[in-house]
Amino acid sequence: MAPISRGFRGRPRRDIDPARIPPGQYVVDDFPVLSAGPTPRTPTADWSFTIDGAVDAARSWRWPQFTALASETFTVDIHCVTKWSKLGTSWTGVSIDTLLEGVGTQGAFATAWSDGGYTTNVALADLTGGRAWVVHSFDGLPLEPEHGGPARLLVPHLYFWKSAKWVRGLTVTAADEPGFWEAAGYHNRGDPWLEQRYWND
Amino acid sequence: MREIVAETSHASTIVLDVVDWPGQTAGQHVDVRLTAPDGYQAQRSYSIASAPEDPHVALTVERIDDGEVSPYLVDELRPGDTLELRGPIGGPFTWRASDGGPLALIGGGSGLVPLMAMLRHHAAQRSGVELALLVSARRWEDVLYREELTRLAQRDAVEVRFTLTRERPPGWDGFSRRIDAEMLAAVAPGPAANPAIFVCGPTPFVERAADLLVELGHRPEAIRAERFGPTGG
Repeated sequence: MAPISRGFRGRPRRDIDPARIPPGQYVVDDFPVLSAGPTPRTPTADWSFTIDGAVDAARSWRWPQFTALASETFTVDIHCVTKWSKLGTSWTGVSIDTLLEGVGTQGAFATAWSDGGYTTNVALADLTGGRAWVVHSFDGLPLEPEHGGPARLLVPHLYFWKSAKWVRGLTVTAADEPGFWEAAGYHNRGDPWLEQRYWND
Repeated sequence: MREIVAETSHASTIVLDVVDWPGQTAGQHVDVRLTAPDGYQAQRSYSIASAPEDPHVALTVERIDDGEVSPYLVDELRPGDTLELRGPIGGPFTWRASDGGPLALIGGGSGLVPLMAMLRHHAAQRSGVELALLVSARRWEDVLYREELTRLAQRDAVEVRFTLTRERPPGWDGFSRRIDAEMLAAVAPGPAANPAIFVCGPTPFVERAADLLVELGHRPEAIRAERFGPTGG
């Protein structure tokens, strides 16, 4: 049981279904930006998305090919490890299931890698089954560079650092290899409902 | 909580005696968790301002007027109160004297806090690493630690420059504008010196500074950034 903070009442509780808020999170209406370096700005003419590593044959899409794939528009809640949650965010992109269609994988893990050198590791089981996308639009508009445009990974059921901004590819791996934040003290899987923030959680 | 020190009209430093504190690296932060009598909890992250060499852990908190946690910490918390915290946290945005340099630190508003921990660590280690710090604030009264900064700037390897974007005191001889490429080139060692660069502040400030540094020819990998937004802290 946590000690009571003398004199702390907290904000008036908002009229939000508490079942939508993972433990330790609070709801924001704006869209905070968190990244560890400068914002890369890759023109779509130079952009491609690649699936390689432990696969039978690597695949790559240029921007026009990628945006011609079957896309989905969907609304999800997102949860950042820095405690904010944003509810009802609307995205458009291509599901990882679609990208992996017909790709033979010989590993259970993947490293998402991005312009700027960012990496994050996600189990394929967390990337498939209609739970992860590479998105290029937010609220019906092209994704802004500071939020990860031209395209970012979106894995809304995990903490938001797994949703790699400026994503350029997935490398399938046999072993689970910690990415940028995972090597720096953050949890390997990052399930917000289990409050898996840091290594010991 | 041991003591609270007002830094500006809207920011205070909270000095803590932490039981079993494992020690931190300059640049790291802690998570603070508050619990209301009805069990409601709110957590936020705050950068550590004190040097690792300091026996106490000091957090500098800027009060966000419509915030939930920061007004409590700045206005309500009293010496002797207990605070629940977790940490230290954070890997990439850290510097140890043994990491070497040169070092360029660019801070906007309360983004100065983790950079101050680096500067204090530099001083505590009597480091000879070349360190340049640029502090951006609206007015002189808003600059955190201004007397200590002026004092630490006297050290040989250290250069501290200020830019005041809104109001200047009479006779001001620092910069008087938003950060730009010319200012960053004047303050930070050039790309040829391959400085380690740390930028911290509100999101638009960090976006601008980091973009300008890349345009000046600094390697993106050498630029480490910590952004904070108006998220009701």
